[in-house]
Amino acid sequence: MAERRRIDARGAFCPGPLMELIAALKLVSVGDEIEVLSSDKGSAKDIPEWVNKVHHDMVGVTQESDCWRIVVRKAK
Amino acid sequence: MAKKILIVGGGLAGTIVANGLCRQLREELSAGGVTITMLGTSENHMYQPGLLYVPFGRMRESELFREQRKVLDRRVPYFVDPAKHIDVEKKIVTTEAGNSHSYDFLVIATGSRIRPDNIPGMTEGGHWFYDLEGARRMRDALDKFEGGKIVVNINAPHKCPVAPLEVTFMLRDYLAGKGILDKSEITYTYPIGRLHSLEPVANWAVPEFQRHGIKSETFFNTKAVDPKAKTITSEEGVTLNYDLLITIPPHTGQQVILDSNLGAGGWVPTQRTTLLREGSSDVFVVGDTTSLPISKAGSTAHFEADTIIDNIASLIKEGRWARHYDGKVFCFVETGLHSGTYVWFNYTTPPNPGPPSQMVHWFKLAYNRLYWLSARGML
Repeated sequence: MAERRRIDARGAFCPGPLMELIAALKLVSVGDEIEVLSSDKGSAKDIPEWVNKVHHDMVGVTQESDCWRIVVRKAK
Repeated sequence: MAKKILIVGGGLAGTIVANGLCRQLREELSAGGVTITMLGTSENHMYQPGLLYVPFGRMRESELFREQRKVLDRRVPYFVDPAKHIDVEKKIVTTEAGNSHSYDFLVIATGSRIRPDNIPGMTEGGHWFYDLEGARRMRDALDKFEGGKIVVNINAPHKCPVAPLEVTFMLRDYLAGKGILDKSEITYTYPIGRLHSLEPVANWAVPEFQRHGIKSETFFNTKAVDPKAKTITSEEGVTLNYDLLITIPPHTGQQVILDSNLGAGGWVPTQRTTLLREGSSDVFVVGDTTSLPISKAGSTAHFEADTIIDNIASLIKEGRWARHYDGKVFCFVETGLHSGTYVWFNYTTPPNPGPPSQMVHWFKLAYNRLYWLSARGML
């Protein structure tokens, strides 16, 4: 059964939300989802850009009161 | 009955915690009210950042090591008997030699390890400096290198986040010093869409790369290396040729964390300010072992260790919490063989690196010696 894992990368300047996502995707199974919380508005652009490049699935990007919530599904 | 503090891991993080606790719990140790025990994997303590200098002939292998028992306070029994299983429910750590250690407070400081074997062909085709054997092989490869294409390939996750740029700039200076820069081409690859995870550092690096003629390929996450064809291919679909491949391999946590079911990838889920293992009130996690989304670096380990020392000492002495970790990280950044800068940040303060200078480079060289005072908890 697919699972969802959360990365709370708020305030994470280094290695940063996208690098955390890349590392986390190596540890989950195809079909699993990763939810990234990021306080960096750049994440709302660069995470979808990378996800599309490597052909994983973007589930959604939403702006919360103090962060962006970005959900990605591992597709391969 | 004595409170038992057990530290698993004899690297920088565990060693600072042990030595700092000895200082803060001096009276309790003397009276027999506290014991501090450490389990490690080696008789020797290695200054890991020194490995960066080995391939370029700037540090001797012998300068990297001290005997661990001499770095550690003499009141801490040190066993070269690696932990095999950590049971946080029963509060027992069992070792490879079959010994068992109970604890009142556990500090997990098992660190990280490189896994070039996680990428097909990387072990056979790549060179790295993240362990001594790798640094020796890279030194030999550079000795023989007479020009051609060098790919400096960075993989996630990895410790020491500034090392990718440092090794690239030092490599450039090394090639210039050897007189083969004009016959060489450096291409730097990085997993995300800029040259470094820290945006101000990445912005600073762009003109530096242009000035030195260093090429780059961003959004490059390594899929495979073909050692025969001498190519490296990314998940994003880019293939590069190389004559010499220098890589920072992906890292994982240690096997004991996986075998103890304490965290995916060997990273222990850790509360970001208390540094307690999530779900525990007596298990602290420090250094590379944490799952925290912050730099895996010696300074991180140091600042985390200082927080854990204060909190364990305060809990034992006064039965209350002392303070929280603020996410502080400080990194020197070598910008060549003769200049450097530094950067610091925490959970709320973004990084803002200054211009490189020879003075900061000298500070870094001095720190290469002062490290041993840091590990002893004196700095």
